[in-house]
Amino acid sequence: MTTAHHNAAAGAAPGPAAPDRPEPQGGTAPQGGPDPRERLAGRDRPGTEGATAVSPVLDIAGLEVHYGLRRRRRKALHGITLSVARGEAVGVVGETGSGKSTLARAVLGLVRASAGSIVVAGEEVTGYREGKWRRLRRRGVVQYVFQDPLRSLDPDLAIGESLAEPLLLRGVPRAEAVGRIRPLLARVRLPEDLLGRLPGEVSGGQRQRVAVARALVTEPELVILDEPVSALDSANRVQVLEILKELRGTGVAVVLISHDLGSVAGIADRVAVLYRGELVEVGTARDVIERPRHPYTRLLVSSAPTLHTAPADRSERAALRAALDG
Amino acid sequence: MTAPSQNLTTPSGGPPAGPAGEAAARDAVAAPVLSVAGLRITDRAGDREIVHGVSFELTPGKAVGIVGESGSGKTLTCRAALGILPPHFEVSGGSVRIAGTDISTLTPQQWTALRGGTISAVFQDPASYLNPSIRVGAQIAEVVRVKTGLKRRPARQHALDLLRAVHLRDPQLVYGQYPYELSGGMLQRVLIAAAVAAGPRVLIADEATTALDVTVQAEILDLLSDLRDQDGLALVVVSHDLAVVAQVCDEVLVMRQGEVVEHGPTGRVLHQPRHEYTRLLVTEHEQYGLDRFRASRESKERP
Repeated sequence: MTTAHHNAAAGAAPGPAAPDRPEPQGGTAPQGGPDPRERLAGRDRPGTEGATAVSPVLDIAGLEVHYGLRRRRRKALHGITLSVARGEAVGVVGETGSGKSTLARAVLGLVRASAGSIVVAGEEVTGYREGKWRRLRRRGVVQYVFQDPLRSLDPDLAIGESLAEPLLLRGVPRAEAVGRIRPLLARVRLPEDLLGRLPGEVSGGQRQRVAVARALVTEPELVILDEPVSALDSANRVQVLEILKELRGTGVAVVLISHDLGSVAGIADRVAVLYRGELVEVGTARDVIERPRHPYTRLLVSSAPTLHTAPADRSERAALRAALDG
Repeated sequence: MTAPSQNLTTPSGGPPAGPAGEAAARDAVAAPVLSVAGLRITDRAGDREIVHGVSFELTPGKAVGIVGESGSGKTLTCRAALGILPPHFEVSGGSVRIAGTDISTLTPQQWTALRGGTISAVFQDPASYLNPSIRVGAQIAEVVRVKTGLKRRPARQHALDLLRAVHLRDPQLVYGQYPYELSGGMLQRVLIAAAVAAGPRVLIADEATTALDVTVQAEILDLLSDLRDQDGLALVVVSHDLAVVAQVCDEVLVMRQGEVVEHGPTGRVLHQPRHEYTRLLVTEHEQYGLDRFRASRESKERP
């Protein structure tokens, strides 16, 4: 665990353990008052009395990611501080280009952080070179599920083979590997006769569950899912979310990335809102949805229709958009 | 956002709206622009009936929603109405009438005249419907030229008007851009502009906002409701998001395995569902969507 900058952040935060949320601030960069990121860091880290003895599975502090070089250098992520505990589900929401996927890629070592630290399962990975990343990925502590499982599963490989592959790669005998994937299949509610089929031969909902099963083969501590239910219909969506709920119950940390607040609201313990590369709001799903503070979160919540409420009046949304752009 | 000032569905060179035209318009209000009766669709390859009798009527300015699971026949129903069923699939029973014309009698030439001019559609993935190597403005202008017979210059002007009407911030700039230069929300606006270019009376939106950011979805839904109010455009909205249908549609069809299990006014179907499957859909939505939180907020606000 690296603690130095956490303490600094928590020290600057007004009453990190205070149950009340500070008053909303006008824009992305409030003048005066404490930096919102530091407040977030404070709220994210519920003081000493609430802190568990176990270190979080994922601990990101002051993360910066840049794309491009020299004059074309652009900030993709700025000052991200977020931790995810064992058995916790955190939803990361934001619009196209907000940095959601970059955040996931940074945690997987697919993009390099230019500052800050990432601790995965107690291991400080920030300065890792490619070889060390590869070793970490091979251990399968962190797993990633893509939005489109057709792209992440080998189309010419039977589903059973795809599931057994990570185990075979690690020298597990075939018979044992096959024995280990059967209970997994039950866990994602798929029939065993699926094992002999190709990814293209099963439905989209089943395929997404195969992708989840494959992520679980290595018994990860952290699973990151990018838009896992966006393309699914209601029944399949519920099934995948139920599976993730159970997974969380077994102590695995789950990070759900989505452009749609509604698709993470059902299972996320906390929701983190990304806007233009900054974490503008972190809170319980209920807090963020019922009492959004940042103008972008307010716009996001007020744009979403529900069965009982229409989106907010368009002049109200236009005003929020103007506040963001201004 | 400012409402578009010009009437979208009347190209600048269109026929003048005299008293006779107004009378015709009044008659048209009563008559359905799309009428689907007992539609059955069969897959000839497997000799299997996929859609087992769908019926609904759509009058100008109205919106009907179709919800249901993947493979329930929502999209096939839409494609039948557009005359673009995939190979092997054919209408094996019932009828579709577009503005009074039975589509089974149409020749390919008549279909071409009807598509775009009377019935039009937008689908989920806007990028795949545009030519990546032609500027988007030119692609809309082409639709305008072919469909309305306008000359090059007025067609360009009309295309610019359309881009403005779909609330693209800088129509001149967008006109000259290639599809890859535009975001998903901008592309979907371009597609809607092209779809309404020839002043259709029915627009089918098949999961048209599913892939968009929620904030952009809200703007596209605003745009569709403007088109309804101003031009009397009738909408068929296919979505797996009950909330979108709840917001936009006057009535809703719930489909399952090719069957319409429930059909009625949106408020009644979604708030007092009668069929078990509709109840399940509503429950799933309330349990796992934003409704979980926002519905409770609303009931608190109500006295």
